Amino acid sequence: MTQNVTAKNSNNSTIIDLETRNVNKHYGDFTAVDDVSLKIEKGSFFSILGPSGCGKTTLLRMIAGFDEPDSGDILIQGSSVLGVPANKRPANMVFQHLALFPMMSVADNVAYGLKQRKVASAEINKRVKNALESVDLGDSGKKKISQLSGGQKQRIAIARCLVLEPKLLLLDEPLGALDLKLREHMKVELKQMQSRVGTTFIYITHDQSEALVMSNKVAVMNNGAFEQVGTPSDLYYHPETSFVAGFVGDANKWQAKVTQVDNVSCTTQVANGPALRGKINGTAPIAVGEKVDVFVRPEAIKIVQSGQTADQNENSLQCTVVDLLFNGANSTALLVDVASGKELHVALPQTGEFIGLQKGEALTISWSQDQTHCFSSKFLHPRADT
Amino acid sequence: MKQHTSIFFWLLLAPFALWLILLVIIPHIDMLGIALREQTAPREYAFSFKNFIEFFTEPLYWRTFMRTAVMSILATALTLLIAFPVSYYIAKMLRGRSKSFLFLLCLIPFWVSELVRTYGWMILLRETGVISNALQWAGLVSGPVELLYNDAAIMVGLVYTSMLFMVVPLVTVLESLDDDIIEASYDLGGNMWTTMRQIVIPHAMPGIVSGCIIVFMMTLGNYLTPNLLGGKDSLWFTEQIYTQFITRFNWELGSAFGILLLLLSSLIVWLGLKLSRQTLTSTMT
Repeated sequence: MTQNVTAKNSNNSTIIDLETRNVNKHYGDFTAVDDVSLKIEKGSFFSILGPSGCGKTTLLRMIAGFDEPDSGDILIQGSSVLGVPANKRPANMVFQHLALFPMMSVADNVAYGLKQRKVASAEINKRVKNALESVDLGDSGKKKISQLSGGQKQRIAIARCLVLEPKLLLLDEPLGALDLKLREHMKVELKQMQSRVGTTFIYITHDQSEALVMSNKVAVMNNGAFEQVGTPSDLYYHPETSFVAGFVGDANKWQAKVTQVDNVSCTTQVANGPALRGKINGTAPIAVGEKVDVFVRPEAIKIVQSGQTADQNENSLQCTVVDLLFNGANSTALLVDVASGKELHVALPQTGEFIGLQKGEALTISWSQDQTHCFSSKFLHPRADT
Repeated sequence: MKQHTSIFFWLLLAPFALWLILLVIIPHIDMLGIALREQTAPREYAFSFKNFIEFFTEPLYWRTFMRTAVMSILATALTLLIAFPVSYYIAKMLRGRSKSFLFLLCLIPFWVSELVRTYGWMILLRETGVISNALQWAGLVSGPVELLYNDAAIMVGLVYTSMLFMVVPLVTVLESLDDDIIEASYDLGGNMWTTMRQIVIPHAMPGIVSGCIIVFMMTLGNYLTPNLLGGKDSLWFTEQIYTQFITRFNWELGSAFGILLLLLSSLIVWLGLKLSRQTLTSTMT
């Protein structure tokens, strides 16, 4: 799909389906969306990830046309949609609680948008049939909404939008109401559906695993502003802010003071604790004496087998096992640093090596400096409260 | 255990059952008995359809009967037409305090008796009333105008009296409609009109029908408002019943009228339910 349209856009090889320019939205004194600019390429699965109250829903509602920004511009395929009401925008929304029409049959729900566009009824029937078949609900057209299961409702809510062939499909945490098993299944299904139809999906969620699994690109949002926009692996391996490092994936966090700065790395001293060496991350420069947040992921930490010694270039700690949290492949050990008393999570690879691990056991852990991320504590978003 | 449950069940049901049997069923059976008899000699009665035949042969009676029905349907429709936007505004547009305040405003007139409310309208509408004086003062009319004692005045009074009983079920049913669903309709290309017609009204149908049933029944059986605002010529069927029972001591004919009014209201409510494809249970829950 993308190849066919490149000719239209001579100076750029990709088409930008959605662009926001310095969008702001205030409710009284509260800034819901703070100067957000973004560009989303055609055919991509873009997620906006953030904690509840970060402004992601407000941003989505402004794109859909339910709210207007106080300032800034929103462009869909290059033309501004400011002042265009929701029912005239080429963007459709899958609501958090799906908002299917309970007074209509499944087929009438899917046909609703086409009827509003005054499409001929033979054409409507054909397209509704195709849309229902494309979500494997070809024989459910006559059913009532209440007769569908959670996953089927989900698919109808999406089919109801996709039948209109929108330029953007906006999804407002639609998996939130499903149980865990179905949610895992729907994640894969949504991703496959998106690559099949090629429509640009904009997905907002507070669940990082949804965002990381499904998206081509993720924007992490906090306090109304974007902290970082990048691929899921970028966010995971190269977080640019302290917030992203803490929010995407799990992380152990220390607050420390910088004692020495090299080119790209620094040595820090945790109060009453270990000295840790790590990479300097983020845009703000770090100076000696400054306070920093130091992050390391549970899965980056190795447990040093007895008889072996830790690599001298790595950070290492003497710990005691406090608890073992068995969760299949996601099992972790809860350790406590002997020197500082700080609790740490360490991932336990299920290769059999650590089956004999006991509560109260003393062990050494180590991790590479490259996996240790330091962020200046001073560099905070203007309105961040942490 | 089972015995216990059934005793409690009957105890709970008892007040309602007593009320229904003593005040509704027995009087109506008795009324039917009185309606179906004819006095042949002092204190001697015989079974007869005479009272019902009299109703159909005397044009005044059945014309009043039909007029009452038509006016009541019209009053119900008008009440719905006015109450729906009001209810929609209260249920969907307002939030928090202004919502309860407006709801309270609808309730306030019902803190005074119907009689006082109706006199209020008389003070406004009569020849020497507020509106007449204001029009004269403004120079729009040369002499006093009588706005009372016509069908329009009756209609105003009936709609005003019924308003709350339409607003309450409508607000309840509209509040149960998720805002998401209205937004989804717009999002899929619907405009205000299609959203109203295809989403809001179908959802509100049980509330609309139950409001209409209550208002229609109240209007059809209203005695005070048509009488005071319509005067001697208001020709409301309840007046005919009153006249037979109280003025003419003709309990037989009065009972027949009562039975006919009951049949009429049941018939119209049944028709209304059929036309709106609702059931009585769906509208009352």
